[in-house]
Amino acid sequence: MNAPIDPKLLERSAALQGLGDSRLRKEDARFIQGKGNYVDDIKMPGMLHMAIVRSPVAHARIKRIDKSEALKIPGVIAVLTAEDLKPLKLHWMPTLAGDVQAVLADEKVHFQMQEVAVVVAEDRYAAADGVEAVIVEYDELPVVLDPFAALEPDAPVLREDLAGKTEGAHGKRDHPNHIFTWEAGDKAAADAAFDTAPVTVKERIFYPRVHPCPLETCGCVASFDPIRGELTTYITSQAPHVVRTVVSLLSGIPESKVRIVSPDIGGGFGNKVGIYPGYVCAIVASIVLGKPVKWIEDRIENISSTAFARDYHMDGEIAATADGKILGLRVNVIADHGAFDACADPTKYPAGMFHICSGSYDIPAAWCSVKGVYTNKAPGGVSYRCSFRVTEAVYVIERMVDILAQKLGIDKAEIRAKNFIRKEQFPYTSAFGFEYDSGDYQPALDKVLAAVDYKGLRVEQAAKRADPNCPTLMGIGLVAFTEVVGAGPSKMCDILGVGMFDSCEIRIHPTGSAIARMGTISQGQGHQTTYAQIIATELGIPSEIIQIEEGDTSTAPYGLGTYGSRSTPVAGAAIALASRKIHAKARKIAAHLLEVGENDLDWEIDRFKVKGDDTRFKSMKDIAWAAYHQAPPGLEPGLEAVHYYDPPNFTFPFGVYLCVVDIDRGTGETKVRRFYALDDCGTRINPMIIEGQIHGGLTEGYAVAMGQQMPFDAQGNLLGNTLMDYFLPTAVETPKWETDFTVTPSPHHPLGAKGVAESPHVGSIPTFTSAVVDAFAHLGVKHMVMPHSAYRVWQQLKESGVAL
Amino acid sequence: MGKQIINVSVNGKRLEKAVEPRTLLIHFLREECHLTGAHIGCETSHCGACTVDLDGESVKSCTHLAVQCDGSEVLTVEGLAKGPLLHAVQEGFYKEHGLQCGFCTPGMLMRSYRFLQENPNPSEDEVRAGIGGNLCRCTGYQNIVKAVLYAAAKLQQTERAAA
Ligand code: FES
Ligand code: FES
Repeated sequence: MNAPIDPKLLERSAALQGLGDSRLRKEDARFIQGKGNYVDDIKMPGMLHMAIVRSPVAHARIKRIDKSEALKIPGVIAVLTAEDLKPLKLHWMPTLAGDVQAVLADEKVHFQMQEVAVVVAEDRYAAADGVEAVIVEYDELPVVLDPFAALEPDAPVLREDLAGKTEGAHGKRDHPNHIFTWEAGDKAAADAAFDTAPVTVKERIFYPRVHPCPLETCGCVASFDPIRGELTTYITSQAPHVVRTVVSLLSGIPESKVRIVSPDIGGGFGNKVGIYPGYVCAIVASIVLGKPVKWIEDRIENISSTAFARDYHMDGEIAATADGKILGLRVNVIADHGAFDACADPTKYPAGMFHICSGSYDIPAAWCSVKGVYTNKAPGGVSYRCSFRVTEAVYVIERMVDILAQKLGIDKAEIRAKNFIRKEQFPYTSAFGFEYDSGDYQPALDKVLAAVDYKGLRVEQAAKRADPNCPTLMGIGLVAFTEVVGAGPSKMCDILGVGMFDSCEIRIHPTGSAIARMGTISQGQGHQTTYAQIIATELGIPSEIIQIEEGDTSTAPYGLGTYGSRSTPVAGAAIALASRKIHAKARKIAAHLLEVGENDLDWEIDRFKVKGDDTRFKSMKDIAWAAYHQAPPGLEPGLEAVHYYDPPNFTFPFGVYLCVVDIDRGTGETKVRRFYALDDCGTRINPMIIEGQIHGGLTEGYAVAMGQQMPFDAQGNLLGNTLMDYFLPTAVETPKWETDFTVTPSPHHPLGAKGVAESPHVGSIPTFTSAVVDAFAHLGVKHMVMPHSAYRVWQQLKESGVAL
Repeated sequence: MGKQIINVSVNGKRLEKAVEPRTLLIHFLREECHLTGAHIGCETSHCGACTVDLDGESVKSCTHLAVQCDGSEVLTVEGLAKGPLLHAVQEGFYKEHGLQCGFCTPGMLMRSYRFLQENPNPSEDEVRAGIGGNLCRCTGYQNIVKAVLYAAAKLQQTERAAA
């Protein structure tokens, strides 16, 4: 029998509020009192305001830009066009994907709302007046919106600047509108599986264009000090260090004289990774005018011109045995990247982590190919709340597995269980060459099925299907997804040649409080709270007196930022390892103070004590003080460490989601009756924060699946770019979420943590589709294109002959 | 454009300011009063990030002109706490993890504050409808709803104690 735990120890441990504690968030105090410090809250003496003149047409040559009327407006200081940026060589900029993008349209516009000129004025009203007064004449050109049409031999050449270039950033280009073709897996092996398999299924799965739409739009305040030659820019960025590097490369200002600050950020979701022309123009304007310049995007600009996601036309194919064992997978994609390839994918993966499309399944042979294409749309292809395209990948595999199950008449749960990578196969190498670190899928599936009484639901569904008068159709969606997060190992991931490590620098002060500086930046993930919890547990210092600082490149160590759920898997590990360096030094100091050997000490929550003698110990507080005035001979004073963590592998969190919907046969409205989400993100640092992020991700997934649309007319006009048209769910439509978890730690992460924030988004979208389609499955429907708005679903009801 | 003098009370402080007739209340608060709690998410009345209390009603300050507020009383999130004492809705949001990035929060708080005066003992569905004009992109609302219910209970308790 175990000895009872000493209540004093428990109390000490609880006082630290370390790992596993649902500690309330430290950052909230400022937000709930209106004392957040977002970019738009920043004011500087003499600050000017910038606004952007944007193209009303999608494809045109610019005949003439006339600034004269604008310059007459009181308060307008300057109007800049590509012609003004040209002598500075700043009219084009490199994108994070290895392409180039016009900062201000250079003789030609490529999409509606492209940046054509900027107006700098004394206040925002004058800047807006100036924008109205700039006259631009356009000569319209034929518009190409469909990526398939863009690849036709006689399609208009969209990117004349690349004319004649047969080599792109990611290999050969075989058409003027072709960006790259990227392949993964073994085509011959996959083809062979298809040649001999008894059963095959094929379906075109379109993943429409959506927008991340954080509540705070993008913006910056740029301030160049001509005397010191220093540039400071406050910016809504998920990756401030990368921005600094790019700004330095672009402007020629030494990186050490560029300071980028990401203050509080009002949500990112991938929208704030890229570098937008507005930022560059504000910086240029500040350099030219010698004054601080603020640019804050409005909502219409945000929806129309920044960071679209998806727009993937995916042909999925599965080969299988007659009893549902998958033998092969092929996925062929045409990817609409818009007018410039401006996504932030790691250099080696121009289509992101798309080769995770084998999902949670043990698939012996697989191949995928993604063809990136230019069209006259805003630059797209960002990772919206996912690691570089896992959302699309999971969507296609989960849809295809449903389609296979339907064809074979096998239950969705059963076909998944049959194909799962089994626990004993981990670490598992997929047909695409990814090594899954750990997983245990079957218990997760069992837990969900039991929690919702899956069998009972199927019985209810059968009864409803048998009743011709039933006013609703009932559907059950089920998804078992695996994510790949924690980008990433620098041998596999880099952005513009910078490896995707992350970093942490910790200092313990003489009085025992601590400060940690990070290369990441929170946009609501609660880093100040969770990071402190890691240090608390590792070093025995109470969370309250640990200060976390991030987002200021002049103080934080270099890191690649926060997106793709990489903060915990990468930066969290950096924190643990920096802490452990301090721990090792603290042990030396304790041994010296207690006059024993290092091996004679035991670590216990917040102190080193002499083995077998509870009365002789040094707490971390004692050690911190001693580090500054009685360090052992030969040891440097102080107690600090820095760690740059380059992960050995990605982490692979997973989950099983189940959704029950009732569709009104009269209106096509879909009511989400239940949504049960089980996530396994390995070690859970702050369960409250994890659960909050899951709610948020599920809600964003609900929006994508059930209502978000970016419709374009034939001329390339975006038909809905306000919050009136673009669906963001309110509390009224948003379903209630049920959450659950299992814990399968990552074997290679120092804490076993895997990352979670994007899982609910990645996992929920196919679950909604699965549920909606399932409601029609008995009527022979295999797949339906998102979003499943009432109108679309009603059309399906009509088509299936069951509308009331 | 000529400026116009307005008299407003903001968080209990009387102010006399000259503003351009076209100045929006949100810009007046943020630029002239240096109160940056209320945020701008859309400037079209859809997101609610700019919600403040105007003469006892929730309004979206991005679609009110400052000159319309002449003679009015405005309460912003900065005026919600009484000294160091958080208002029950602020406490609720903190305790129930009702915020993540915090951008929607000032608007949510101001709406919740007013909503609970209109309906001191709401059901969950009533809370959802009551905050239906305020968008949040991070929390999925579930914890915001809990936060408002927490505040409702707390306010009623204080009232009972006072009675
Ligand atoms: S800023 Fe006023 S409602 Fe969005
Ligand atoms: S907490 Fe981020 S928008 Fe609500």
